Amino acid sequence: MAEVLTSPPERLPPARRRWLGVGAQVWIPSLLVAAAMLLPIAYLIIRAAGAGSEGWNLLLSARTARILLNTLLLATAVTATTVAVALPLAWLTVRTDLPGARWWTVLTALPLVVPSYVGGFVIATAFGPTGMLQQALEWLMGLTRLPAIYGFPGAWLTLSLFTYPYVLLSIRAGLRGIDPAVEEASRVLGQGAWTTITRVSLPMLRPWIGAGALLVALYVLSDFGAVSMMQFDSFTTAIYVQYQASFNRSYAAVLSLVLVVLTAVVLAIEGRSSRARFHRIGSAAARLARPVRLGEWRIPAVMFCGSVVALGVVLPASVVLYWLVAGLRLGQPLVVTLQPALNSVYASALSAGAAVLAGMPLAILAVRRRGALAAVITRLAYTGYALPGIVVALSLVFFAARSVPWLYQTMPVLVFAYLVLFLPQAVGTLRSALQQVSPSHEESARVLGRTPRQTLLSVTVPLVRPGAVAAAALVFLTTMKELPATLLLSPTGFETLATRIWSAATEGFFTRAAPPALLLLLISSLSMALLLSQERRGSDA
Amino acid sequence: MRGAGVNRAWAVLSILALVILTGVWSPVLAQGTTLTVYSGRTRELVAPILEQFTRATGIAVGVRYGATAEMAATIMEEGTNSPADVYFAQDAGALGALAFAGRLRRLPDAMLQRVEPRFRSGDGVWVGISGRARVVVYNTRNVAVRDLPASIAEFTNPRWRGRIGWAPTNGSLQAQVTAMRLLWGDDRTRQWLLGIKANAPRVYRDNTAIVAAVGAGEIDVGFVNHYYLFQFLRERGPSFPARNYFFPGPDIGNLINVAGVGIVNTSRNAAAAQRLVEFLLSPDAQRYFANETFEYPLVRGIPANPQLPPLSQIRTPNVDLNHLQALEGTLKLLQEVGIL
Repeated sequence: MAEVLTSPPERLPPARRRWLGVGAQVWIPSLLVAAAMLLPIAYLIIRAAGAGSEGWNLLLSARTARILLNTLLLATAVTATTVAVALPLAWLTVRTDLPGARWWTVLTALPLVVPSYVGGFVIATAFGPTGMLQQALEWLMGLTRLPAIYGFPGAWLTLSLFTYPYVLLSIRAGLRGIDPAVEEASRVLGQGAWTTITRVSLPMLRPWIGAGALLVALYVLSDFGAVSMMQFDSFTTAIYVQYQASFNRSYAAVLSLVLVVLTAVVLAIEGRSSRARFHRIGSAAARLARPVRLGEWRIPAVMFCGSVVALGVVLPASVVLYWLVAGLRLGQPLVVTLQPALNSVYASALSAGAAVLAGMPLAILAVRRRGALAAVITRLAYTGYALPGIVVALSLVFFAARSVPWLYQTMPVLVFAYLVLFLPQAVGTLRSALQQVSPSHEESARVLGRTPRQTLLSVTVPLVRPGAVAAAALVFLTTMKELPATLLLSPTGFETLATRIWSAATEGFFTRAAPPALLLLLISSLSMALLLSQERRGSDA
Repeated sequence: MRGAGVNRAWAVLSILALVILTGVWSPVLAQGTTLTVYSGRTRELVAPILEQFTRATGIAVGVRYGATAEMAATIMEEGTNSPADVYFAQDAGALGALAFAGRLRRLPDAMLQRVEPRFRSGDGVWVGISGRARVVVYNTRNVAVRDLPASIAEFTNPRWRGRIGWAPTNGSLQAQVTAMRLLWGDDRTRQWLLGIKANAPRVYRDNTAIVAAVGAGEIDVGFVNHYYLFQFLRERGPSFPARNYFFPGPDIGNLINVAGVGIVNTSRNAAAAQRLVEFLLSPDAQRYFANETFEYPLVRGIPANPQLPPLSQIRTPNVDLNHLQALEGTLKLLQEVGIL
């Protein structure tokens, strides 16, 4: 490719910019987005400044060390588990003749929409010391009590079960985008199937696995629903306790700043692992690998997919149905309102669109630029995601109410909040997608006389389409269950399915929490099916 | 072809952007809300009574629901531009915190005087609307009433080892510990906390989770607010194996806390806000809380739900709810003994 560029037509701009096709249209939006991402940190610094020496002493206590260790342990365990579950699922649904692969594709992505506070409640109901599992076992073999699931095991199980789709969706997009010619070449050159997987496929998938794993790790740092339900002492619990018990926003800010540092560390680790760059060398048009015949492995494969879906989808749905039926039988009214469902879809669609739009320049910058500034900007995008939702929401309350009161608690600010919270989901996936696009395609377009903007729109964007679909899916589904920012920043009276479920379930109105919870699952499955059909169209084009 | 597709995508996106910017979807904004309530109590509990207020007065109400502490933090972060007119809180501590920050405005004496002094702010900036008693919820299959102690202090007895559930991160338990500190002093409260801790209590997220766990037989007793049980009885029927236990003597285990309201100091609708406060103290609203949420009406002369012991019969030591926001010390104590 270097030869091509040594004799550029005169229209091309100076060498450095030309190679990348990255100009002002990428830098300016990137800088704007990065500036937006700084808001939560600015807020935390303002608040932490008021903490005084006692607040900083809080940091040096033994308890801080303990919850730090707890949080790191949980993040590591959950991340490892989700990768172990997602890799085979992705491979089975993309690369094999798994019976009903389309159905499994939608179903295995669904646990993502189960809000973690509902997930935690469901896991406790099912696997608690005297839960559903124990009752079944008592009937079968007289077991009267199970060991407590609370604490680490419960938090680990809940978070793994309801976050693995982050890795799954990312790897799926990767598998669809990888040029099968490389793997075929490996086989033709006499390598066995196993060697091809470990030496060729997995290394090519590494950026995708890394992007998904990063999302899971940071999600665990920020999660409150599952850890509080499972009584596991993490950093988020400590932050919430500060808000809740002492109304002390300064101490909460000090603790949150530690999370920001922790995020930087996790990002640095991930940055090292995703250095490798692979992209298609041949045609830019995606071609799918010939499906692997599972043969007699079909049965264990279906059983594997089935048990993951049973735990992540069927179990929550049945517990919720049980709530509904039990309450209705006792004469509780059935309350179904559609407005929250419409609001959820509307807000989530805006959020997904905004995240992909804003994520694209950052992703291009991350892949095509190596400088320190580019690295800092793309890392900044992750801060909002790793902070507990309430911290980000309050920071935006602080800035929006004080500086743009006329926009405060309107849709634009809400969508902006979603952007600050979920942008990394889009950036991560888009970045991996871009890494598969060989710069030579963009260079060809430039050589053939396209402007950088034309190249971006007619070459880069279509090539990363599968990645963009996956990114939109992730952000859409995550927004569907978002709670803290929606509660504080939505227009007054704007209710979503998630706020309805939360509002009913926290006070024990389970019969009323059930219909919106089932609607959330239903709408999310339909949206998933729709998005995944786009994925297919994208690769047929 | 691809170029056309991309252009279409841009067109769709710009329309979407327009839709958001014009706020087409924000029905409430268009209506011109006259009163904004920040409610730390959930919609299930208070939406019906707020709708009744609108019907009775014609004043439209926009409600933002959230957790009590987070709503208080939001009003503080909003500063002088806060859209909130009325803050409806689940406990006196949160009202005290806002009052301490100078964010609540004084209420007319006529309103304040409808409730006993112990259920309202000393400075007259908030008033209790409904009362909630701390109780012990117990599993009726595993515990006989006669085996329950006469005071919450006795749960430190080793025979309760592994049988207690509580929610130390929850505001309602923290308020109770604060009350203990006011009544017993820090040393005795520390001893009690250490005694409970030695009994390996199971930690839960909130009152709902504790009642669910007691009903499931996961634990035998739990320290909760009294009204959560009644929602479970509604949804699971009378066979749900859990009931409330009130201590017989004047005991801090029966602390009465309040859900109450205050008018935000930056409210531009103070007159309408006052009408809402007045309405919440009216017999209709008080009866609503008695019958629908199973809380104690605080206005004199309105009886509690017949399923509850009357408020006058619950004997509690005298604790000033105005001091419940003094939680820093409680938090420190809980952390010091290793509970938080």
